[in-house]
Amino acid sequence: MGHDHSSILTSPLWDILFISISCLAIGFYIFAVFISNKKLHLHRWPLYRTAFWIFGVLMALLVMVGPLATMAHFDFRFHMMGHLLLGMLAPLLLVLAAPMTLVLRALPVTMARKLTKVMRQRPFSFVTHPITASILNIGGLWLLYTTPLFQWMHHYTWLYVLIHLHIILAGYVFTAAMIYIDPAPHRYSFLYRAIVIVFALGAHQILSKSLYAYPPEGVPTEQAEAGAKIMYYGGDAIDLVIIFLLCLHWYQASRPRTTLSESQTS
Amino acid sequence: MATSVEVNNRTSTVVLSKRHFWSGFLFGLGLVAFVDEMVFHQLLQWHHFYDRSTLHIGIVSDGLFHAFSWFATIGGLFMLADLRRRQALQWSFWWGAVFIGGGVFQLYDGIIHHKLMRIHQIRYVENVLVYDVIWNVTAVLMIVIGWIMVHRAKRS
Repeated sequence: MGHDHSSILTSPLWDILFISISCLAIGFYIFAVFISNKKLHLHRWPLYRTAFWIFGVLMALLVMVGPLATMAHFDFRFHMMGHLLLGMLAPLLLVLAAPMTLVLRALPVTMARKLTKVMRQRPFSFVTHPITASILNIGGLWLLYTTPLFQWMHHYTWLYVLIHLHIILAGYVFTAAMIYIDPAPHRYSFLYRAIVIVFALGAHQILSKSLYAYPPEGVPTEQAEAGAKIMYYGGDAIDLVIIFLLCLHWYQASRPRTTLSESQTS
Repeated sequence: MATSVEVNNRTSTVVLSKRHFWSGFLFGLGLVAFVDEMVFHQLLQWHHFYDRSTLHIGIVSDGLFHAFSWFATIGGLFMLADLRRRQALQWSFWWGAVFIGGGVFQLYDGIIHHKLMRIHQIRYVENVLVYDVIWNVTAVLMIVIGWIMVHRAKRS
């Protein structure tokens, strides 16, 4: 990675763009919370969901603007920390904020119905299928780190922005396909999602160790090794939360319903 | 002739017995994988994250097993909580299954991962054979102990 790409990052126009998008995202969410809370027949929107949204947006912003964004261009370790924040932690926080539920509450009923109709369409169900979501998410990473794409990313601004957009969107779709916080029109069983997440995390860890063994072009060995470990253990930490929530939902859904007959059978 | 309630009871006992075994087995597998990671990789630093003699298939197997054991630890514990909620838990059966799961993982790790795929050695010393023997004999002992515990619990 040479010195000439620093201009991509330090261009104030990009900073202004990313900060504006973040402010809009937080502003729209809080606006929707106000509208939702005015509808008296609905219970108040929980404060922790708003907190999740704000932290999620800030985590993503941290990767795109400021010292971490600059360091990530020159040091693979910081690049990998950024990848964990943008591709895993921010999406998890955003999914836990249940934005679709909030939008459906805030919209007038007729418009909410139209929106759910759109969400049921084939392209959406295809992308949010657990296997497609995993391929978009983990497959995208394989493409980034095992092809010249990683080097091109540091040369072309538009590619840099596009790849980072893909990372957060694919991370969001993947997380939403694994844990159902928002309404999901096409639901898959716990076992199905459990098997898919094991293979997805497995592919993530295989890629981590491959990066350790075979550093990407232009990345010094010690940076690649440290970055690979950050990817491996950081991926574990965040997937732990997703797996925990998936299992918790199973536990809640499979609770014994008819207590009398259940107590007889046990 | 069995009434429908009795048939129902029997199938439910079979289901709970299976869930018992899998809960213990998965948790045991995950627990030993976790201890391996914590004690041998992090604390003692005997194991290496990767060593240059690893085969490609070794990286694949390690990644998938790591992901599986990570899920198994959490999933196994939630299944345990479910058995307790149904007041169907028999600890000796469950612990037996934990030993079997842990032993199976340790044996796979000791033979397939360490020796065949050469992911890493137990310790980078001259007489690694001693470590290998202790490692795998412990694994077999865990399976035997677990098997005895499960069979005893099933009889009672």
